[in-house]
Amino acid sequence: MIEVHNIHKSFGDAPILKGVSCTFETGKCNLVLGGSGTGKSVLLKCIVGLLKPDIGSITFDGTIFTNNKVEIRQEIRRQIGMLFQASALFDSMNVFENVEFPLRMLTPDMTKAERRDRVEFCLKRVGLEAAGNKMPSELSGGMKKRVGIARAIAPNCTYLFCDEPNSGLDPLTSIKIDELIYEITHEYGITTVIITHDMNSVVEIGDHIVYLHKGQKLWDGTKDEILNAQVPELKEFIFSSSLVRAAKRVEMEGGTIDTRIGEPIHGDGDGI
Amino acid sequence: MVKVFGQFLLFLQSMFVRTERLKIIWNRTIDEAVLIGIDSVLIVSIVSAFIGAVTCVQIAYNLINPLIPKSTIGYMVREMTILELAPTITSIVLAGKVGSSIAGGLGTMRITEQIDALEVMGINSSSYLVLPRILGAIITFPLLVILAMVLSILGGYLAGTLSGAMSAQEYVEGIRDTFIPYNIVFALIKSVVFAFLVSAISAYRGFFTEGGALEVGASSTTAVTHSIIAILIGDFVLAYTLL
Repeated sequence: MIEVHNIHKSFGDAPILKGVSCTFETGKCNLVLGGSGTGKSVLLKCIVGLLKPDIGSITFDGTIFTNNKVEIRQEIRRQIGMLFQASALFDSMNVFENVEFPLRMLTPDMTKAERRDRVEFCLKRVGLEAAGNKMPSELSGGMKKRVGIARAIAPNCTYLFCDEPNSGLDPLTSIKIDELIYEITHEYGITTVIITHDMNSVVEIGDHIVYLHKGQKLWDGTKDEILNAQVPELKEFIFSSSLVRAAKRVEMEGGTIDTRIGEPIHGDGDGI
Repeated sequence: MVKVFGQFLLFLQSMFVRTERLKIIWNRTIDEAVLIGIDSVLIVSIVSAFIGAVTCVQIAYNLINPLIPKSTIGYMVREMTILELAPTITSIVLAGKVGSSIAGGLGTMRITEQIDALEVMGINSSSYLVLPRILGAIITFPLLVILAMVLSILGGYLAGTLSGAMSAQEYVEGIRDTFIPYNIVFALIKSVVFAFLVSAISAYRGFFTEGGALEVGASSTTAVTHSIIAILIGDFVLAYTLL
């Protein structure tokens, strides 16, 4: 469990986070939801230690992370896997080497054969067992995200952080990435924190949702509760989609929408 | 200015806090040394051979007093090459090539969050990325400077003899005249100092890049400019203190 307590963060005179407190539960997909510029990514960077909060504390399973000894912070960081918005794969390494990298750096006791087995397992888990020799520049956006997930889970991470995993992806690929993150979270009992503004992700995988608005937490709850949340800013955010408005209009005019998806037409997903 | 210098010193210090395993640093250093060295051999060879040739021809052109022996040309080419041209010009050329490569590479890693990815994994990014680049430069710059010395003197020999400015015997006589071995040591000390300045300044500029592709280009340009200025200041300080 990750506990965030009263986090404040400013850049110059501009306050970005104004006393955010929340809890991210173990074995669940915890979503941090909010519009652009509400401080979601800053909160994530504070949690993983890329930014230092001005005030407040963060604890990982009872161990204080903020302002603790470097050794303790390092120990916690080694349990963290992170999927970056642009995947952040190492350009100079192929897919296999990218996934192997944290194992090579963090687990010196592992033999080469053990590392190879683990990398092959992780690549297979994300459906990219045949892409080991490809360079990041040869991958599509969705494939990069998958490699990023494989790299994050390779060292058996306890905490998985995903910064807008659906950005730049088409709706179908987004759903597949969401499903993959959800499956991995529940399969390995990982504490997953996902930064998103994608409502599809909320209704697909949001076990626990925290809504941020102008640097403050306005609401938290489950995906079943969010549609009836009585917070005007959140309601506006949820129902601001043109698609939702159009569907409502059709419904009010007495029409119907055929939402059956049918058989997928994109094959086995190798290109995703 | 003082703030930037302080930040630069802290950046250098950060490479030695929680340093990665020696084996990893060593392997990365060899990789970087090969990249810096092999890729720079051609440009260093061309520049140094032509500098030696031009130096020889211009000295011959200015040496009109019949009382001064022709072997003086070889002597002057050697002195200029070893003391100044080989270490300084080679380092300035490398500042353009290696410096921009280091700053551009690290800047791109910064804006694409690759450095953040290392940090999140608990890896000391400056120790993993920067220390091997600095060590690689410190290993290869002296070797390239030695190559530049040899080719520069050879370029002077070819230019002098083929143009008929002097005989081969006169040139070799000048090259061997009152040779001071310390000058070689001095040139190698300069190359090590310049290697450190170029790689550390370029790494610093690249590592702290903020923004996008435009800023990466700006970081590379600044890295080269600052490296060249640092080389020239360092050149003066070393000449003043060690000669």
